[in-house]
Amino acid sequence: MSEIIERSAAGIAAQVNAKQAGALEIAEATLAHVRSVEGEVGAYLTVLDDLARAQARRVDERIRAGEHLPLAGVPVAVKDNMCLEGTRTTCGSKILENWIAPYTATAVARILEAGGIPIGKANCDEFAMGSSCENSALGVTRNPYDLSRVPGGSSGGSAAAVASYEAAIGLGSDTGGSIREPGAFCNLVGFKPTYGRVSRYGLIAFASSLDQIGPLTRTVEDAALAYDAMGGYDPMDSTSINKPLEPTAGSWRDDLRGLRVGIVREFDTKTLGADLDTIYRKAYADLERLGAELVEVSLPTADYGVPTYYLVAPAECSSNLARFDGVRYGLRVDGADVRAMYDSTRAAGFGPEVKRRILIGTHALSSGYYDAYYVRAQKARTLIARDFERAFAQCDAIACPAASCPAFVFNAKSDPYSMYLMDYYTIPMALAGLPALSVPCGWATPEGGSLPMPLGLQLTTPLFAERLLLDVAHAYEAATGHAAAHRPALGAVRA
Amino acid sequence: MNVEYEAVVGIECHVELKTKTKMFCGCANEFGGEPNTKVCPVCLGMPGALPVPNAKALEHTVNAGLAFGAKIPSFSKFDRKNYFYPDMPKDYQISQYDMPLTMGGSVKYWLDDGTMRECRLTRIHLEEDTGKSTHAGSGDGRIAGSSYSLLDFNRAGVPLMECVSEPELHSAADAVAYLESLRRTLLVLGVSDVKMEEGSLRCDANVSIRPVGSTELGTKTEIKNMNSFRSVERAIESEIERQVAALRAGERIIQETRGWDEVHGVTHPMRSKEEAHDYRYFPDPDLVPLEIAAADVDRLRAQLPELPWQRFERYAREYGLGSRQATQLVDNVSLSGYFDRVVAISGNAQQSSNFVLGELSRLANEHDVAVAESKVSPEHLAELIALVDSKKINSKIAKELLVRMWDGAGSPVAVVDRESLAQTSDPAAIEALVDGVLTANAAVVADFRAGKTNVAGFLVGQVMKASRGKADPALVNELVQKKLSV
Repeated sequence: MSEIIERSAAGIAAQVNAKQAGALEIAEATLAHVRSVEGEVGAYLTVLDDLARAQARRVDERIRAGEHLPLAGVPVAVKDNMCLEGTRTTCGSKILENWIAPYTATAVARILEAGGIPIGKANCDEFAMGSSCENSALGVTRNPYDLSRVPGGSSGGSAAAVASYEAAIGLGSDTGGSIREPGAFCNLVGFKPTYGRVSRYGLIAFASSLDQIGPLTRTVEDAALAYDAMGGYDPMDSTSINKPLEPTAGSWRDDLRGLRVGIVREFDTKTLGADLDTIYRKAYADLERLGAELVEVSLPTADYGVPTYYLVAPAECSSNLARFDGVRYGLRVDGADVRAMYDSTRAAGFGPEVKRRILIGTHALSSGYYDAYYVRAQKARTLIARDFERAFAQCDAIACPAASCPAFVFNAKSDPYSMYLMDYYTIPMALAGLPALSVPCGWATPEGGSLPMPLGLQLTTPLFAERLLLDVAHAYEAATGHAAAHRPALGAVRA
Repeated sequence: MNVEYEAVVGIECHVELKTKTKMFCGCANEFGGEPNTKVCPVCLGMPGALPVPNAKALEHTVNAGLAFGAKIPSFSKFDRKNYFYPDMPKDYQISQYDMPLTMGGSVKYWLDDGTMRECRLTRIHLEEDTGKSTHAGSGDGRIAGSSYSLLDFNRAGVPLMECVSEPELHSAADAVAYLESLRRTLLVLGVSDVKMEEGSLRCDANVSIRPVGSTELGTKTEIKNMNSFRSVERAIESEIERQVAALRAGERIIQETRGWDEVHGVTHPMRSKEEAHDYRYFPDPDLVPLEIAAADVDRLRAQLPELPWQRFERYAREYGLGSRQATQLVDNVSLSGYFDRVVAISGNAQQSSNFVLGELSRLANEHDVAVAESKVSPEHLAELIALVDSKKINSKIAKELLVRMWDGAGSPVAVVDRESLAQTSDPAAIEALVDGVLTANAAVVADFRAGKTNVAGFLVGQVMKASRGKADPALVNELVQKKLSV
């Protein structure tokens, strides 16, 4: 593996902007590395050799022409639920297995405009529904730190790609934790901005009121760089926020003096076992050591997060996924008449988890059940958001685990509900629309495992306080450096 | 003994709004064109595409509401109506469920005899149109039994306004008069072309009957597939007759949707209530709720033009025009604007109406040029009317003059002066002409005296001809009769 692709996105862009390395050279090195590790990792559903080279040449030209590009030559993994014109965009589903996107998502276009190089379309749980990437109908992605384990999900392909240096930035989407949980599982920073900060135009919807694009990176600075490049108002998305984006990358605070960090009373880490309890207590203590004042806050309705989410998200998905009907694009399985064609197409095209959620959502919106399920869930959502408002009256940021365990082995969560609980710590923030990220905070060797696996500390701030969120994470990262403690368990990387 | 029944009719209209672009994307909103050429990822429902509302369509809908005196709530939202159909790209329609843009109001309409009536509106809401399907191989053009279907998405996403009336109409004639008034109003507002033949106005009728005097509503049927006001009228008449016959035969009316069969002049069942969809409406999470500022509503209200029913009342009550003439004028916005200017100068509404709707409209049709765009200015027409009113010229000369004005002759007063066209009302001069004609046509005079009194007209014509049309026809007639009877 070439040394340069082990660098951070910021490091790569600096070299390219300084003309010490060419974007094409980095693209070639990355593509070569992808060829050597993909057999083990399986991060990508489609590798975009030609597009990567073409874009790298364009970037090199722009650099030669004197431009400065914040992501010059940075290899990027694009989750396969984001449209990139002319590329296969599958959502990890058979129903879109051969669909070629006719346009490019705003966030992706902005990353490319900033000089990023699209290396490939990354695997994900089908339509972003899952927490392990196991729900992909099109491929298996393994955790680079232990190939017998899952990378997390749903943005597991993007996470695995960045963790194994197949990209420096992974674009993910987070609906209930789909960036933060794989970030934690793969020793990465997984950052979900405030709902509405990054345009959803071209992101294939799972649950529109929750979906939010964000980066998976090896450093906080890289997350900030990616966010600065893709965030901001987009007239093509009427839910995108027309509010100036405060640049986040660049000057960082050295400590957390003067900040109050909330520790959630209801999230008792003792329930996670002695190892994790120790690690999270240490993480909180490190925040305090950096000058933060720890305060106890309460999120009494957080327990309702998972049930609330599993009404709101399926309800929206049942409607969002109706368009995959075999009429205009994607898979079509013929039937005797149009109704039979719909039935056979959707029966063959969707996997079991997607079908489960469409059924739950259809039921929750049905006449006679709507008030009892959907309306009540929306009310619960409001209560959860109010809990956070009250908590933020007492603190500037909240710290808690990103997940209740490190990455698990394949097929460990065969019962859907146990899989749903993987998002217990990340769902409340999603329901409240808050910015949140996961930053590496330690390592634990799971029971039955032989390799230490990373854990993530989740940080959350009030709406639109991305700058503060990244600042806290950066100070913590700089003071602790947990990510560097272990290397991925890949021959090509260890060498 | 037969019970007398009363019909109760409510009308739902779908109106395609006139905007440059579609409801939620930048595609052109135009009728027709090569199939699937006015489309983009948004209106095709491509994965990942998102809707952005068209501000003009919102304004048009609020304008329509204001014109009908509706309440404009300060808060509104879009909902998804979920059902599968091949020409609906997302398999849900963005519509409005419980918080429409406008609530209440009423449509004032008038019957042929000028009677003014009113039907309340329930609501007006905004939604997106679907694409168009052409089903082949089923014989009747329906999807059931078809072998394949062709889809055109040019219409998909066109802004569609739905106007729902209360069940307050009581006959087919009422329903048509209501529709006419609704159509006229939307035309004046410029919010739609409201052409039934192009589908920019489509309507369904809810029809029920009840014994006269009853206040309870009977079981209703919904009538679809009516392609013209005439078919609306026939369909409602036929459905009322069917329901009356059914009840008199001791049958019950089933709540169902029925299609109008234009050829056979009957309605036939399409689907029953049991087959009705559960649309699973819920707020569209892709669209933020709409907040409508009171200041914007006030601004739009202040800009409303005179509405057709108001104009009709003005013409009928103030100007004393007949219902037919008043309606004709109201129906032609530019013509009635022209008429108003002529009346303002001439002060003679009846004569202005006669000219504008008569000779001038005939010329306009003949030349295929709108009156308002012709070379006949309202000022010049008013001059012409004044010339006739003051008996300076007779109506024959007036007609001739108007033709010349159409061709660009300019001020009729100037022409009359220049060419001495003023009517000759001098009895001595006319008498001389009459004498000359009678002398030259001695045989005809003899015929008259022999009892063929109808030849008088010929002689009058000859005198008029001799005067080059300028003689006062009444005076000529009088003098000819007088001389003949001597």
